[in-house]
Amino acid sequence: MHDTVARTKDTGDLRGYLAEQERKSLLRFLTCGSVDDGKSTLIGRLLYDTKLIFEDQLAALETDSRKHGTTGDDIDFALLVDGLEAEREQGITIDVAYRFFATPRRKFIVADTPGHEQYTRNMATGASTADLAIVLVDARAGIIQQTRRHSFIASLLGIRHVVVAINKIDLVGYDEAVFEEIAADYRGFARDLGFETITAIPMSARYGDNVTTASANTGWYGGPTLLEHLESVPVDRIDTGRPFRLPVQYVNRPNLDFRGFCGTIASGTVSKGDQVVVAKSGKASTVARIVTHDGDLETAVAGQAVTLVLSDEVEVSRGNMLVSPSARPEVADQFTADIIWFDEQPMLPGRTYLLRTETDQAAASITELKHRIDVNSFSHEAAKSLDLNEIGSCNISVQQPIAFDNYVDNRSTGAFILIDRMTNRTVGAGLIRHPLRRASNIHWQALDVDKAARAEMKHQKPVVLWFTGLSGSGKSTIANLLEKRLFNDGRHTYILDGDNVRHGLNRDLGFTEEDRVENIRRVAETARLMADAGLIVIVSFISPFQAERRMARELMAEGEFVEVFVDTPFEECARRDPKGLYAKALRGEIKNFTGVDSPYQAPANPEIHLDTVGRPPEDMVEEIASWLRERGIA
Amino acid sequence: MSTAISHLKRLEAEAIHIIREVAATMAKPVMLYSIGKDSAVMLHLAMKAFHPGTPPFPLLHVDTTWKFREMIAFRDEMARRLGFDLIVHVNEDGVREGIGPFSHGSSVHTHVMKTVGLRQALDRYGFDAAFGGARRDEEKSRAKERIFSFRDGQHGWDPKNQRPEMWKIYNTRVAPGESIRVFPLSNWTELDIWQYILLEGIPIVPLYFARPRPVVERDGMLIMVDDERMKLRPGEAVEERMVRFRTLGCYPLTGAIESDAATLEDIVQEMLVARTSERQGRLIDRDEAGSMEKKKREGYF
Repeated sequence: MHDTVARTKDTGDLRGYLAEQERKSLLRFLTCGSVDDGKSTLIGRLLYDTKLIFEDQLAALETDSRKHGTTGDDIDFALLVDGLEAEREQGITIDVAYRFFATPRRKFIVADTPGHEQYTRNMATGASTADLAIVLVDARAGIIQQTRRHSFIASLLGIRHVVVAINKIDLVGYDEAVFEEIAADYRGFARDLGFETITAIPMSARYGDNVTTASANTGWYGGPTLLEHLESVPVDRIDTGRPFRLPVQYVNRPNLDFRGFCGTIASGTVSKGDQVVVAKSGKASTVARIVTHDGDLETAVAGQAVTLVLSDEVEVSRGNMLVSPSARPEVADQFTADIIWFDEQPMLPGRTYLLRTETDQAAASITELKHRIDVNSFSHEAAKSLDLNEIGSCNISVQQPIAFDNYVDNRSTGAFILIDRMTNRTVGAGLIRHPLRRASNIHWQALDVDKAARAEMKHQKPVVLWFTGLSGSGKSTIANLLEKRLFNDGRHTYILDGDNVRHGLNRDLGFTEEDRVENIRRVAETARLMADAGLIVIVSFISPFQAERRMARELMAEGEFVEVFVDTPFEECARRDPKGLYAKALRGEIKNFTGVDSPYQAPANPEIHLDTVGRPPEDMVEEIASWLRERGIA
Repeated sequence: MSTAISHLKRLEAEAIHIIREVAATMAKPVMLYSIGKDSAVMLHLAMKAFHPGTPPFPLLHVDTTWKFREMIAFRDEMARRLGFDLIVHVNEDGVREGIGPFSHGSSVHTHVMKTVGLRQALDRYGFDAAFGGARRDEEKSRAKERIFSFRDGQHGWDPKNQRPEMWKIYNTRVAPGESIRVFPLSNWTELDIWQYILLEGIPIVPLYFARPRPVVERDGMLIMVDDERMKLRPGEAVEERMVRFRTLGCYPLTGAIESDAATLEDIVQEMLVARTSERQGRLIDRDEAGSMEKKKREGYF
């Protein structure tokens, strides 16, 4: 395998031969397109024709083909890459598989990605590291929505070379007209996707036409075979020619005399003696050493994992970036980005997520969803949320500034993922476009009369008591009694009640999920301002979603948010039904009613948990009052 | 200026990046050390990643008590020479029950002594990340696995619900009790491993080099008689043959190949013309279809 030439070489030549192999360029590509267009079959065929299937693997393939194959008596090449049991049983690809092969001219890493729309995130995973995409099109079906979706995602993720593999050409009688029509269709819709090259090839992955050898069945086709094209397409990224960026991954301090900043150079080059700047602080220093296990280097380039020692004691930690002084990245806490959404739970503006770049991390929220992109027409449409696999342009706000570049300029420093704070799932991926300048214009005024001073005057500590529970659970009753009690003690308080706020501040909001998030956000912001004024704020809100309550918690200072769970079972609330709402909701006259057709997510760890059944409200007020007393709040 | 870095340097940089990422973001990582060639490369890369310091995590060997004797001797020698913190864990329950490959078959033995043993060790020390030397080119279900492979509280892998892994941005967040298996050599091939060992002069267990060794032909494989626990079946005979191993594991489950490759250069040369995959010599992968995936779901590496 590999090169049979090696068979005849003696070991004296071996190192020379290996050095030659080492200099080969690498092409990372993916196969994409719709279900059953033949992606896995094509990769299996490539591996087979380049003699990269071992004998025992071939034997296993023949057995598998008889058991699960979809190609009659022939070998089913897809089974070479569909490595999961569920995939072989269902004859589909669920997740991306990575395969490796080499020809005398180049090395290849290929990602075989799934065609089903529901597995788009796995396709995006494969595309995020690829330089070229093979988009398969079934010659019988032509361009379909999934062709457009995958082409769009490939373009969005920065892939600049596309092969349109017009597959199953045998099933349309090797008809040139069909090929030409599909190729023209593709070029038509892909015109604005910014691909540098679009190469259409008529192909039969199953029979091998134009995969590695030119087919006699398509005499009218004068272009390259797939393999010829893959071997010759120019793809070496010019990351070394871009400004120097080293995202700091790890600070290595094995002893007091050594402090090195470790990371993989994202772009550019760096040499001993170079001036560098710490991106977030703007502090300048000089590269004293480039340390590696194999000895110090004079120069290091993009792609190398290095350790830099600086000549000054500057403050640098993980998440910061060492950069070229003359071409610095953006540093901002607000920016716009395109986001691909991966989660079944929709992306809602206002919710907080964890944003992670290659080495940095910050709490983030989407402040505005500017538009959603229709993957079929590529047009922009208004939207209030992003569902699974949808793509949108957003404004994002992070709690601390991050350093970044435009994704178009730098794939390493312009990308991020979003993580759900509760489930830790990766819920989205983002491509940063440009910073928003608003942040730098609204600097917080450091006032002498501050929250502490205002609270001091009232002889209390500001706090937000956040009552959550089902409608009719007793929140308002307890809240009102508590306020009376605190008032009698000389405390300064205020109640924000769900119903009252709905009549004024939030009267423009309805009861959709988006509006509920906004409702909570406004109330939380108001509560925060009141706490800043030194008040004890009592918020009485159903607030059914953990994510929104967490958002409210994060707005407040540490220890200032007290979650009070008014825990009354649904049956009891429905029985009490003080406003007659349950009866209406159960008759279907009210939509999105919490506990009926909209969920209530109970707090996992509330500061105060009130089990209300059988307890008089005065008793529970006393419990809260003593909780506050014990902590010196009131 | 020549700007592109070479193939092996690219793989090396990627692995170092992954190893550092774990050290920077996980609370209690550990590196699985199985003594084989892939572990040797992974350990070498860990030494490189933290130079001039040493890796800020221990090494863990899950000893099934059926490894080749030369492997154990090599392991102890390496620990002495490099001075790393080595934890050796044996599933004592399995030892008490007398579990072994000859008496219980490869499947039960591997499950109890390796998979369960590994889970015990990870739970006992509370590791939240464990490096493994697995490569995607080894086996079909490995080709599907992420570099950062999330495991639930029972160490199980859910292949149908893997976290998207975009660019080099790794989601390393886990809840208490959950963990991540990390594979820095995911994108290496067997040939890359050998070329790297040759280029870097990495020490490996001598069993990889061809020598005359006592072997028995059994179930189409050449099994080396490593100790007295191996009893001959009727019709079997011990023969001295020139053999070496492409992979190393429990000696009764690891087939030797006939070979004259006595040096690293010879091995690379042999690799370049190989016609079978390395896992052909592994009994555990042939037990049943999809067996690797099944083991991984149960918590195997």
